[in-house]
Amino acid sequence: MNLTLKVWRQSGPSDKGRMVTYHVEDVSPDMSFLEMLDVLNERLILEGDDPVAFDHDCREGICGMCGMVINGVAHGEQRATTTCQLHMRHFEDGATITIEPWRAAPFPVVKDLVVDRSAFDRIIQAGGFVSVPAGSAPDAHSIPVRKEDADAAFDAATCIGCGACVAACPNGSASLFTAAKITHLSLLPQGQPERLSRAKAMVDQMDAEGFGGCTNTGECTAVCPKGIPLDAIAQMNSDYLKANSK
Amino acid sequence: MTATIERGSATAPVNSPKKAPARKRPGGFLGSSNGKKVVMAVTGAVMVLFLVAHMLGNLKIFFGRDSFNEYAHALRTLLEPIAPYRTLLTILEIVLVVSVVMHMWAAISLSRRASHARPVKYVAKKSQANGYATHIMRFGGVTILLFLIWHLLDLTFGVVNPEGVNSAPADRMISGFDASRWWVTLIYVVAVVMVGLHLRHGVWSAFQTLGWANRNRYRALRVTAAALSLVLVVGFLAPPLAITFGVIK
Ligand code: HEM
Ligand code: SF4
Ligand code: FES
Repeated sequence: MNLTLKVWRQSGPSDKGRMVTYHVEDVSPDMSFLEMLDVLNERLILEGDDPVAFDHDCREGICGMCGMVINGVAHGEQRATTTCQLHMRHFEDGATITIEPWRAAPFPVVKDLVVDRSAFDRIIQAGGFVSVPAGSAPDAHSIPVRKEDADAAFDAATCIGCGACVAACPNGSASLFTAAKITHLSLLPQGQPERLSRAKAMVDQMDAEGFGGCTNTGECTAVCPKGIPLDAIAQMNSDYLKANSK
Repeated sequence: MTATIERGSATAPVNSPKKAPARKRPGGFLGSSNGKKVVMAVTGAVMVLFLVAHMLGNLKIFFGRDSFNEYAHALRTLLEPIAPYRTLLTILEIVLVVSVVMHMWAAISLSRRASHARPVKYVAKKSQANGYATHIMRFGGVTILLFLIWHLLDLTFGVVNPEGVNSAPADRMISGFDASRWWVTLIYVVAVVMVGLHLRHGVWSAFQTLGWANRNRYRALRVTAAALSLVLVVGFLAPPLAITFGVIK
């Protein structure tokens, strides 16, 4: 396959940045999107150019490091797929592909397609934990959990913190991420004691980081590689409201 | 011989992790984005309830001028003689003005937050969800506001109405939508359709905001929102269209 790429290049946080066009030849349809960028980068290095910086780690869709806006869609148009798991067979030969970093004030661009997502870490630090007496691990079934709750909590816990929800949201809101982290704990018995204070602390931190508010557009769920459902946000809203009406 | 290649660092430079959130936000419930959304949802609900009552009242015009005028009169004399003339109506008006103002305050404040959160726009951006009604909420809201001002000048204060202030409500309504003033009817059609689109998203969104929605209810909520919007659009447009097309004289 031969492709034309329009890639966001920005040498550092203070650079203004611009779109740069590259042609990539001999791309195999079996390559992943990141492997295709590797091909481009190898060539750029040989030509003495600066390779395109992008984040990645596991390349198997579980770490949440990779992520770019491909043709206007976070992680590309393939649903429920991270960029590293997106394959070139979903593109047409000769296609032009635009590649941009996540765009949000709380996610400043570090270089090219790499953004700083430590705002997410601070949201987790604000309350995304359970305080339990440490000691030897308890038996798995010492606290019974309803099957439905366990399933829903697990669904929410699959969030990999990639940030695609923020990138896709027209308001730059981190509601889906924050809601996933809040609900996965608030559905389980271990999460109950801190349930309301957690919701309050995490939502307030999300605001403090400069993310926008949710207008329930649903753009986030649509691009989320883990398909975190919108009702996580309703659950977060409910907990936040309760925390504030006490 | 090995060529030395001059290039920037292949990995991203690590920047200092201290950067605590720079932006300080007014604390408290009303300072939070969730709190503002609750304000929108509650004030929106008040306005929706008002719209339903208002629409039912308007339909009285189909039972004749007298029926409509009596209804308008009753609104002012309700609770009399226990309370003075226009007590209930004045209370209602205050509640509505407060609702509109608070709804707009929250809308403006959240829109500003949203634009601060995305200072650099995408070169390419493709919507993946829901579509139209969702993305014109702010534009629709402003349209509704402009219409509201016109509407009050027209039928409440009579400033831009051919019958003037000192006329019976039914006369103002029937002259106002006379076929010769077809463009007034057109403004109403556009505005009411806008209200319909606003509520198609707004009604289910309010449930989500208040935390009353979940995956088992989404379908029902969306259907309800669409049905309510449709009823309101039809109910509000029936009188003006009937007058313009001469069904009501
Ligand atoms: C005066 C001008 C108005 C403006 C500027 C405005 C603006 C907005 C905006 C920006 C939203 C948030 C959209 C979202 O969640 O995606 C909204 C929501 C809403 N609006 Fe309005 N609107 C106006 C008038 C009205 C009126 C007249 C009604 C009722 C008849 C109404 C009912 C609602 C409802 C029920 C919601 C949903 C609240 C929620 O999402 O929780 N709005 N409005
Ligand atoms: S909610 Fe989905 S899109 Fe958002 S950070 Fe988690 S996995 Fe990524
Ligand atoms: S590189 Fe780990 S999810 Fe893509």
